[in-house]
Amino acid sequence: MTNKNRFTTLFSRFGSGTDQTDTIMKPEKKPPLGTMFWVSVGWVCLNIFLAITANLLPLKDPIAQDYNAISVGPSMHYLLGTDDIGRDILSRIIFGSRISIAVSFGAMFIAFGIGAPAAMLAALRRGRFDTILTTVMYSLLAFPAIIATISVLSFWVPRNLLKVIVVIGIASTPLVYRVIRTASLAVAGRDFVTAAKVQGATDRRILIKEILPNIMPILLSFLLIGIASVVALEGALAFLGLSITPPTPSWGNMINESRTVMSTNPGLVIFPSLALCLFILSLNFIGDRLRNYFDVAEVKI
Amino acid sequence: MGQYLVKRLVTLVGILFVVSIGSFYLIHLLPGDPAVFILGLNYNPVTKAALDLQLGLNHPIYLQYFTWIGHVLHGDLGTSFISHQTVISTIGRALPVEFELIIMSQILAFGAAIPLAMRSARKPDSALDRMLSASSFILLSVPTFILIVLLVLFVSIKLGIPNTGPSTYVPFSQNPFTNIMSLLLPSITIAIGSFVLYFRVLRSDLTGILQEEFITMARSKGISQRRIMWRHAFRPASVSLLGSAGVNIGGLLASGFIIQVLLGIPGLGFNLIQGINSSDYLLVQGIVLVVSAGVILINFMFDLIIFFVDPRIARD
Repeated sequence: MTNKNRFTTLFSRFGSGTDQTDTIMKPEKKPPLGTMFWVSVGWVCLNIFLAITANLLPLKDPIAQDYNAISVGPSMHYLLGTDDIGRDILSRIIFGSRISIAVSFGAMFIAFGIGAPAAMLAALRRGRFDTILTTVMYSLLAFPAIIATISVLSFWVPRNLLKVIVVIGIASTPLVYRVIRTASLAVAGRDFVTAAKVQGATDRRILIKEILPNIMPILLSFLLIGIASVVALEGALAFLGLSITPPTPSWGNMINESRTVMSTNPGLVIFPSLALCLFILSLNFIGDRLRNYFDVAEVKI
Repeated sequence: MGQYLVKRLVTLVGILFVVSIGSFYLIHLLPGDPAVFILGLNYNPVTKAALDLQLGLNHPIYLQYFTWIGHVLHGDLGTSFISHQTVISTIGRALPVEFELIIMSQILAFGAAIPLAMRSARKPDSALDRMLSASSFILLSVPTFILIVLLVLFVSIKLGIPNTGPSTYVPFSQNPFTNIMSLLLPSITIAIGSFVLYFRVLRSDLTGILQEEFITMARSKGISQRRIMWRHAFRPASVSLLGSAGVNIGGLLASGFIIQVLLGIPGLGFNLIQGINSSDYLLVQGIVLVVSAGVILINFMFDLIIFFVDPRIARD
């Protein structure tokens, strides 16, 4: 009980409680997910939709400068106003979201693509394979990922979107591995997995048909929170000029560029910050609600 | 007990070894000649020869590692080819700033989190509890770099409080008051992040513990509420709090650079980014090593504290 939370970071709340699932009956009726949950889902979907269709929407060019409208406030023509060189803030925010979304989804695709199958297989096979892989992954986990990320990105020039995605993705893999392995271990020890083994099912079949569906809730909510963390991380990298370079807008570099003029044009820093925070908040909220919704042990309490 | 400590120490040394390889290998992860990375493209052949000799770049890679780790163990992280100062002296100047920032922020975070979590846990679902839980969830989603930008915008620019804005840092020995003022906003920003974490961990643990039978027992014996909270409930709850504090404080060492760069506070992170911007590879390597080792040592230290608070840990 006391040991359970020793590694309580933002992530490690996953994996707790799953070891009790087989002893506790599922409640008949689950509490509803709530309005805020669907509002958050809607907000995330809207962001993704806008990011994908940004080119088709009637938006102003995010890098076109209008010298007749320097640092103007919100108006009918410029819904959120313009920045210090006359670029439309709303359009820059929407085009900027593309970077955040591409980096976070791409990086998590890599991290889960490598980390999750490896972790599930390690949990199923155990033995030497598991020991070696887990030792390697846990050692990598000891290395501060953020420091590794920024030092690799800083020396690996010229930077582009793909490099940012790959570096963040690989740096996040050990964490994904740890979470998924903990979750899979609890499932791999259960009777239906043994039954499948006895019937001669292949590892592949057990992983896909038995283990994956059972760790899906944890995987899904961790994925969402992982995406949220990468959005924040990319923002921080862009803020330091280690992500996509201007003039291509991203939320992080917009906030960074606006620092010098924030006393005269506070909207310039507030709007992209708000976009970033609301996106992260929605993802965190969805992840948290899903975890509560599926986490049977917590429902009982 | 002794066995536990020995086991932990062996693991510690093992992890430090892995991290040292990681820091060393960093430059070899990238395509190209390491010497060119360190010196920049317009290098002088004479300096390159000197560097090859200093780093032993002509030798096989494992020999390079042993040469390097030998120097590191003697406190020699090399001399920067950019600033011509020893890396260790630069790090030595940055460490006190780093520690001051961490200590100030942690005093604020614990000072707020412990009493508030106690109040929240005593009356779950009260108005205060709901408000704190909701606001801590929202704050969890605000990245540090946004928090600090907004704080600077409102406190130093709108309210015009002196010495709190960017580049106001002066060393403590020069002017203690200005020094504290200039570290105030960064400390508050870091403290908010830590507070959210500590509050959530402590609140959920305390709520659970307060439902245990020994608490009911203590209540029935007429022990005062204050004594129950501090003596009976806080000690078991502090184990997970200490665990998350260890991870968190280690993380601060690694992620402190954003605030430091923004406000011009010459801590480790600030020097790291400066090293990156000036392509000072040896400085970056040195700081990566010191920070990674620091993170691990801090985690280890907290594990030891936990062990003394709750010796049952050693059993598994």
